[in-house]
Amino acid sequence: MNIELKQPLRTAKSKLSIVDCDIHPRASLEDLRPYLSNHWWHYIQTYGLRQRHGHVKGYPFPKPTPLASRRDSWPPGGGPPASDLDFTREQHLDFYGIEHGIMNPLAPSGQGDQNAELSAALAFAINEWQVADWVRREPRFKASVVVPYEDAVASVAEIRRRAGNRDFAHVLLLSRTSEALGRRRYWPIFEAAVEAGLPVGVHVFGYSGWAMTGTGWPSFYLEEGIENATTTQQLIASMIMEGVFERYPDLKVVLIETGFAWLPALGWRLDKHWQRMRDEVPHVKRPPSEYLREHFWVSTQPMEETDKAEQLIDVMEWIGFDRLLFASDYPHWDFDDPFLSLPPSLSDARRRAIYADNARALYRLA
Amino acid sequence: MARHIVAPVGEIPAGGRKLVSVAGRAIVVFNVAGEFFALNNRCPHRGGSLAHGKLTGLLESPQPGKYRYSRPGEIIRCPWHSWEFDIRTGRSWCDPQRLRARQYKVSVEPGASLVEGPYKAETFPVTVENDYVVVEA
Repeated sequence: MNIELKQPLRTAKSKLSIVDCDIHPRASLEDLRPYLSNHWWHYIQTYGLRQRHGHVKGYPFPKPTPLASRRDSWPPGGGPPASDLDFTREQHLDFYGIEHGIMNPLAPSGQGDQNAELSAALAFAINEWQVADWVRREPRFKASVVVPYEDAVASVAEIRRRAGNRDFAHVLLLSRTSEALGRRRYWPIFEAAVEAGLPVGVHVFGYSGWAMTGTGWPSFYLEEGIENATTTQQLIASMIMEGVFERYPDLKVVLIETGFAWLPALGWRLDKHWQRMRDEVPHVKRPPSEYLREHFWVSTQPMEETDKAEQLIDVMEWIGFDRLLFASDYPHWDFDDPFLSLPPSLSDARRRAIYADNARALYRLA
Repeated sequence: MARHIVAPVGEIPAGGRKLVSVAGRAIVVFNVAGEFFALNNRCPHRGGSLAHGKLTGLLESPQPGKYRYSRPGEIIRCPWHSWEFDIRTGRSWCDPQRLRARQYKVSVEPGASLVEGPYKAETFPVTVENDYVVVEA
């Protein structure tokens, strides 16, 4: 590691407070064993996990690096990236001076498993694990309430179990749900989140059982990455058009790792169609872009890289500088470096908002 | 611009690399089949450490379905966003005009000529019997 060589840069930027809104700690199944019943432990040994995606062992779309991770993030003591709290703390939290890190654990978390009860048991286990094995040892981390989102009843039970526990920052869903996210089957999750005072984070990926595009499966991982934007556009449209925000005016949604430069175009398009066809959706009372700007926050990573910095700043202005949340995606290969990823021409006030103030307000961080 | 002795030649075998700190800068020195090259370690894209990257070759394709792999061991791929750089020139493959890792001059010098100075050595002894890698930075 060349950490010592970067030290001068860190000192120069040490006044910057950073809340990182997307960190992926990695549990092994063995890590989750203490939080699983014997029944589920033996079930997993015998039958394994089954994503809603046929004939696949490992990633449906192979990633560009092992475990989709930075090549320098494998802990020297062994284990996969972000499985070792001490090394994660040293390489990421301490090195960048991160004040809080929101953990969004991905597989194995049970989300989207074919077996609904196993999905719920694993979600419970990963939530226990986040608090016991990470937050207790490093309070700068905040946990996510991972929910088995295809089963609203089980999801509500999990949210209520964690309600009032400030170790949890938000409720976590993946973006590829098996129906459009605004449909009524998911409403109990939104209701429970609002009741618990928690935002709903939607992180990209997940496998719903459906092909990820209207024309089936793309050929390349690169295309899968692009598709995350279109899935997210569709879920935003669905939530607004189904009237979710009229029903739950206090609902806050955080889009994680979705990209954001397409948000203005989506807003314009939604508004244009609504102006002509609002009698089809009379429960949508205001221009859709108003719901979009009021109810959605968006994480910065993977930061769009425009030819001219002003283009990116224009987009950020449309979204609102109070709606952007810095995220690194540590330890994944498309990690954004906190010191280098935002356009350098941003004012200090805007920088502070994106790096920390917006997240502190949204997640009520001390 | 000073010349810095960064390693005995034998310390960086063919296909190997060494990350060194020279005048406050992180520089990675590569040995490509006996030739030495030095690049600024900081990826010009978003700051990844090139010394932690994967050493690879040049993959090209004249048309869909056909590909050619050449120059094995001459391309370094950043450990973060996988930008590829030609170790011989520091230029990136995708945007060679704008994105390039800064290159430094490297030479191999016999210890006999170095013990007298005016070189700056790292914290190892320089002996007349050995050859050394010298970076100008």
